[in-house]
Amino acid sequence: MDEKRFTVLDLLDLDLKEHDALELRCICGRKGLGRHINSPDINRPGLALSGFFESFAYQRIQLIGRGEAAYLHLLAAEGREDGVSKIFSFPIPCFIFSNGEPPAPMFAEAAEAADCPILLSELSSTEISSRLMRVLNNVFAPKTSVHGVLVEVYGIGILLVGESGVGKSETALELIERGHRLVADDVVEIRCVSGNILMGSGANKVIGHHMEIRGLGIINVTHLFGVGAIRDKKQVQLICSLEEWDSSKVYDRIGTDEKTMDILGVQVPQLDIPVKPGRNIPIIVETAAMNERLKKMGYHSAKEFNQNILRWLESESARAVYFGRDDSI
Amino acid sequence: MVEKTTVIKNRAGIHARPAALIVQTAGKFASKVSLQKGDDTINAKSIMGIITLGAGFGTEIRIIADGEDETDAVDAIERLFLTRFEEE
Repeated sequence: MDEKRFTVLDLLDLDLKEHDALELRCICGRKGLGRHINSPDINRPGLALSGFFESFAYQRIQLIGRGEAAYLHLLAAEGREDGVSKIFSFPIPCFIFSNGEPPAPMFAEAAEAADCPILLSELSSTEISSRLMRVLNNVFAPKTSVHGVLVEVYGIGILLVGESGVGKSETALELIERGHRLVADDVVEIRCVSGNILMGSGANKVIGHHMEIRGLGIINVTHLFGVGAIRDKKQVQLICSLEEWDSSKVYDRIGTDEKTMDILGVQVPQLDIPVKPGRNIPIIVETAAMNERLKKMGYHSAKEFNQNILRWLESESARAVYFGRDDSI
Repeated sequence: MVEKTTVIKNRAGIHARPAALIVQTAGKFASKVSLQKGDDTINAKSIMGIITLGAGFGTEIRIIADGEDETDAVDAIERLFLTRFEEE
């Protein structure tokens, strides 16, 4: 598959907010902004700057903090530029200088000559490296797109899937009307972050939070229902698969079977919900969400119910034995 | 499964009206129809999906159909692309 490559320019273009903001700006080497970033890792190039290039992780983003920056100033003052010119012979994606301290002029000139971008951030080294890790792990996370609607119901991210025309969007609309939130309609982009968390979001920010409702056309959910009715991203925690009622199919009547769907190697609980006129799907989805929360809190309605029945039957049979003996005497 | 590659010939690309035309056409067939642009594959029976592709003038699109009437479905949708969605 022809994977789209992530460039330094893409890194600068990322729309990140609050605790994810990298506050990066490019100060020189703009010609190299098209360089690819192939790895989510970060390298501190202290050893390389001092002239030791064995196992130098040049393919990573190079982060320069106070210590390295001070060392560069020392090198510049002493006129030792060999190490610096050698470091630029490697195809480094970019350098990031933290603490808002610009590099020594000699380093900037060398970067400009090598077309290697230098980015500057006001954040401290520790902060920028932890933010970069988080951001890059998201960028390089495996992703897939699913045809369905992602809604947040009582804090649970529910992915509604099913054939087109089965009523996914209508169900979502009713859920929004009831105070729940829309994350994405129709095309849900899912990323697997930290190995076991599925983050769902809309595929495209520009046309996000619009829905197509048969008979109405395209509606803007944000404008109609307010910002309280939308969310940018949400973990996919439950899948509700809507399907036409099939009288030959056996549906779960108890709820002790745990069916799951595999998305990017993560197993997500799945419920098959048959759709039939007169069945109020949004309320069923709402109940499913609450039931899922209850399960997360350690209470499994169906299992608990069954346990109670077993206990009851046991005590009944114990009684029967006792009373049976009594009667026989 | 039948596949065909085509190129968008109308200047405006696939905006809302062409997307609606594709959905209407795809909806007439029982087959599963999808459009592919680069790595992204979407269901051709969903308007928002098609618009999300962001397919502009000159973009190469792959039409894929799978089902009993797959050949007719691909032909019908390809015809829409060739006639520039009755625009211009």
